[in-house]
Amino acid sequence: MPATATQETVETTIFEAISKLGPEPEDVTRDATFESLDIDSLDLVEVAQVVEEEFGVVLKGEDMEKLTTVGDAIDLVVARAS
Amino acid sequence: MSRRVVITGVGAVSPLGNGAATLHERWKAGECGIESGVGACNDFDPAEVLTKKELRRTDRFAQLAIAACQEALENAGWTDGEELPVNPERVGCVIGTGIGGIATIETQHDVLKESGPGRVSPLGIPLMMGNAGAANLALRYGFKGPAFSTVSACAAGADAIGTALRMIRAGDADAMVTGGAEAGITPLAYACFGAMGALSESGISRPFDARRDGFVMGEGAAVLVLESAEAAEERGATVLGELLGYGASADAFHLTAPEPGGGGAARAIKRALEDAELSASDLHYVNAHGTSTPLNDRSETDALKAALGEDIAKSLPVSSTKSAVGHLLGAAGAVEAVATLLALRERIAPPTLGYEVPDEGLDLDYVPDGPRPLNANGRAVAISNSFGFGGHNAVLCIAA
Repeated sequence: MPATATQETVETTIFEAISKLGPEPEDVTRDATFESLDIDSLDLVEVAQVVEEEFGVVLKGEDMEKLTTVGDAIDLVVARAS
Repeated sequence: MSRRVVITGVGAVSPLGNGAATLHERWKAGECGIESGVGACNDFDPAEVLTKKELRRTDRFAQLAIAACQEALENAGWTDGEELPVNPERVGCVIGTGIGGIATIETQHDVLKESGPGRVSPLGIPLMMGNAGAANLALRYGFKGPAFSTVSACAAGADAIGTALRMIRAGDADAMVTGGAEAGITPLAYACFGAMGALSESGISRPFDARRDGFVMGEGAAVLVLESAEAAEERGATVLGELLGYGASADAFHLTAPEPGGGGAARAIKRALEDAELSASDLHYVNAHGTSTPLNDRSETDALKAALGEDIAKSLPVSSTKSAVGHLLGAAGAVEAVATLLALRERIAPPTLGYEVPDEGLDLDYVPDGPRPLNANGRAVAISNSFGFGGHNAVLCIAA
């Protein structure tokens, strides 16, 4: 069973997933842009895989292209899950 | 008159340890980097050189290439300032490999089988692709000239360096960062080489010895910075040596076995000497391919006699780096080019370790008791041989 996607659970999962990709954990905030974190399209596919595994939410390439900040990604996952 | 090409930096990661000097000093001292029948780079910690992001985005073979490149660029004085001391658009990069990112292929195949296609890594392809060595070096250091990889099994490292030489001569680049990288000590690669009967059952690499029973798998990387002589002089670079020539040929005989009599290898040796505008009598040392397989060491001995003439072949010190590190496959030619250069600079022939029992017909001077001083007045000249499955032969002619 996928976990329940709340702002809190999704934030924790996404922060953790991004921190594993290179950025320092303290730099990973809702307002941080993917550009500033040096997170590119390949990295975002990995984040999407973690999200799908955890919450059962499938994110496609076109969904990812619209994302600018970490907060955008969290909001999208929470919206899709509900 | 073609452009002269000089060597201004070298770097290596090998089973003897990190650094080109470590490779040279330990081999010269008769030390062996093979443990439990494998030549692994146990001292190599990629996290010492690569960022967290780079670590995730590279297979081990590319990590080894980056570490060797970093050392080579420091050695060449390219990393002292913010910018490259040469026009980046005039710097190319050719890095050979035999197999590429095979560890990634194996782990991603496990993911595919266990969890399905939706779970494989989006980084799988850029990690496993054979050109990842050249791609990562170009990306990391900003080399904007031609960049690609050579894939010719165990001749790939030498083919890369020879190709880089040609590219400077042809005017494609003023400087080339070139070499080879391999990280094939994986369950699948090891099992496949074992199934061929190519690996040593004794786990001992003793090239040219009558008891030799196959090669010992190794891993590692080496990178050289090549520059046109004018470009090196213009920036006041320290010249370590000169890459005089490159010769290559194909046996067109058998998928894996060398041509008996070494005819294909002999043609590559002759071509390298012609390319260097030298004759056999100008040589002081031969860095042999010397794999420790029954077939190679015999056909290579025959090839040297055929190419150089029996008298000259017997008068030259011939030794195999693989006696100290095992067979580094696509990295072998590059690691051995670096080892050859450093040996020439010190005017010595390092020893063939473990050579004790002569085999019939294998009657060259394999330097069992080295290191041997080279009898060179003025510059010292060597050839470094590399031959690969597929019948690929590549020979470099180096001077220092």
